[in-house]
Amino acid sequence: MNMLRRHWPWILAFVILLAIPFLFYDWSKGRHSGFVLTLMSEIGVMAIFALSYNMLMGQAGLLSFGHAVLLGMGAYCAAHVVLLVKAGTIWLPTELVPLAGGLGGLFFGFVFGWLVTKQRATAFAMITMGLGELVSAAALMFMGFFGGEGGIPVDRVMNTSLVGVSYSSPWQVYCLVLVWAFVAAVLMKLQTQTPLGSMANATRDNFERAQFVGYDPRMVRLYQFALSGFFAGIGGGLYVMIYEIVTFDTVSAAKSANALLAVYIGGAGGFFGPILGTIVVVLLQSGVSLLSNAWLLYVGILFIVMVMYAPGGLIGLLFMHMPIWRAGRMRELLLPYARAFPPALIVLLGFVFLVELTSFTTIGAAQGKKFSIGGNVIDTTAPMPWVIALAMLVLGALWLRREARGFRERWDDVMDGIKRQGAMS
Amino acid sequence: MSGDITHVPAIELRDVCKRFGRTEIIRGVNLSIPRGERHAIIGPNGAGKTTLFNLISGRFPISSGSITVDGRSTADLAPQEINRLGLSRSFQITSIFPRMTVFENIRCGLLWSQGYRYSFWHLLGRQKALNEAADQLLERLKLSDRRNLQAGLLSYAEQRALEIGITIAGGAEIILLDEPTAGMSHSETDSAVALIRRVSEGKTLIMVEHDMSVVFGLADRITVLVYGEVIASDQPAAIRGNAAVQEAYLGTVAA
Ligand SMILES: Nc1ncnc2c1ncn2[C@@H]1O[C@H](COP(=O)(O)OP(=O)(O)OP(=O)(O)O)[C@@H](O)[C@H]1O
Ligand SMILES: [Mg+2]
Repeated sequence: MNMLRRHWPWILAFVILLAIPFLFYDWSKGRHSGFVLTLMSEIGVMAIFALSYNMLMGQAGLLSFGHAVLLGMGAYCAAHVVLLVKAGTIWLPTELVPLAGGLGGLFFGFVFGWLVTKQRATAFAMITMGLGELVSAAALMFMGFFGGEGGIPVDRVMNTSLVGVSYSSPWQVYCLVLVWAFVAAVLMKLQTQTPLGSMANATRDNFERAQFVGYDPRMVRLYQFALSGFFAGIGGGLYVMIYEIVTFDTVSAAKSANALLAVYIGGAGGFFGPILGTIVVVLLQSGVSLLSNAWLLYVGILFIVMVMYAPGGLIGLLFMHMPIWRAGRMRELLLPYARAFPPALIVLLGFVFLVELTSFTTIGAAQGKKFSIGGNVIDTTAPMPWVIALAMLVLGALWLRREARGFRERWDDVMDGIKRQGAMS
Repeated sequence: MSGDITHVPAIELRDVCKRFGRTEIIRGVNLSIPRGERHAIIGPNGAGKTTLFNLISGRFPISSGSITVDGRSTADLAPQEINRLGLSRSFQITSIFPRMTVFENIRCGLLWSQGYRYSFWHLLGRQKALNEAADQLLERLKLSDRRNLQAGLLSYAEQRALEIGITIAGGAEIILLDEPTAGMSHSETDSAVALIRRVSEGKTLIMVEHDMSVVFGLADRITVLVYGEVIASDQPAAIRGNAAVQEAYLGTVAA
């Protein structure tokens, strides 16, 4: 009972995530949407990956450019374990395949961590980048372990389930991902409250001072890195279960960049920031990429905008509202928000329109695609669409600027009021 | 190696020199500080007092000579290893963990000495003794009402108090304080001195201090450092009467 009272948000989140696929359930055919399940499984894996990245970036202040190495090595280890189980060499319950990935990640976390954690700051970033390139190159060279360009394909149906599940359907795999994602997230959350987690913060803030309270910052970084590898490896193990193949893109710089994007967009400051960021990035990646050639550009723009205007990420923006929410004055912001919404939408639409026009005149034309909105084909060579897009962008921006000024005034008023109230009580 | 263990000085410096490039900042310092002594180091600005602390605590390597802590040479030890011998220092330029809370700052000072090492299986929230010790120290530092504030948001004087707190949290047997009361008001200084007196009871204390009332009120012995050399090291009364010291240092303060 007590547990329910204290941990209800986690339980609620779990139930909601379990229920979401049923919104897309095809009742006439009695089938889940494979697309939605794979998308949500991907979010689960990438959320673990981003959280493990934040163990370095948020907690220890270490900017890694090669974090995918840990995910990928975990995935390769898990894939080999699956092969061994299938061959009858060893026995392992299917449910524990992600753990095998985790142990692989932990091992390589120690090995690679030994190399990279001697340094911090820029040197650390550079060495992790070099390491990422090195492992990517190795993945194409050592056929035995990495399987070259083809990667290591596996069959996830192992018939060793502890609960009698075959894992032949995406729904079963999604459930496995969800359980592991929660286990990993809870463990990572708890890790922030341990001596190591706390000293990771300390070395981030002031590594020299940490030495004078008895800690070797290098060892703090190493253990933190290895643990981060453990969790990234769990993600890798789940990746194997979802896609039934591991290729060298799991260790690639692009995968590493994904974690960085998710953490920056979501925010490194709060524990849940990376999860928010992951949801946004994966939706852009998997959802928008179906609609637009320019999805990567949108991710990039979002990244730049966040770094420039909201360095605390989405979670930081949410946290900014906390004092206002607690003072019960959110209502006063409703109108300014409502007024800023139309111009913001116009700017956004104008921008998207412009990007799509451009992308259709270049890549789209080469692919022989036509730009159409609601069934109307738009002639990208005519001046009119361009003028409309530009006008939306410019006029919307001017309007937005005016509303933003009003919004800021309102915001400052409310904040001042709260501060004065706080000072009086 | 003669005599029983209690006669080994807490800290001993022999012919310690430190050069930065070609400038010699510490020029052959000999100093022996017995256990349980409260020792003050005074001297004009730029004399090398902070540098001396940096050498003793292992922040910088010495250029020549030797330093021993409890009879053990520290030549090949990293700062954290010297700290684990039971030597803790504070910084003249406040050095705290700015993005952590005040409470967490103090707790960081306690973790190693309480044997937690790099543990990732203890939940800090459940360590009653640890948290109580941290809260007690906060109480004594008069920072209890700032407990959950980010340390970087504290006022200057509060950060100075926290600086002392982090240093003494671990209960080190040898405590080095670098101008602990600098920038504090009279009343803050008084309570800081009372605190320092209390926590250094039965321990070895070495402090650099410019406030002469603090120095003469607290120290059993005083060392005067001028241009990297010890010109006198004696009891407070003798230092007060020392002509060379008068000229080099105290005179300028009195003037
Ligand atoms: N890392 C360093 N590199 C080069 N020179 C240094 C370094 N640290 C200190 N110095 C020089 O050594 C001299 C002594 O500095 P130190 O900080 O030890 O003096 P101090 O006695 O603590 O003075 P104050 O009373 O102002 O704190 C100064 O001239 C300083 O410029
Ligand atoms: Mg100094």
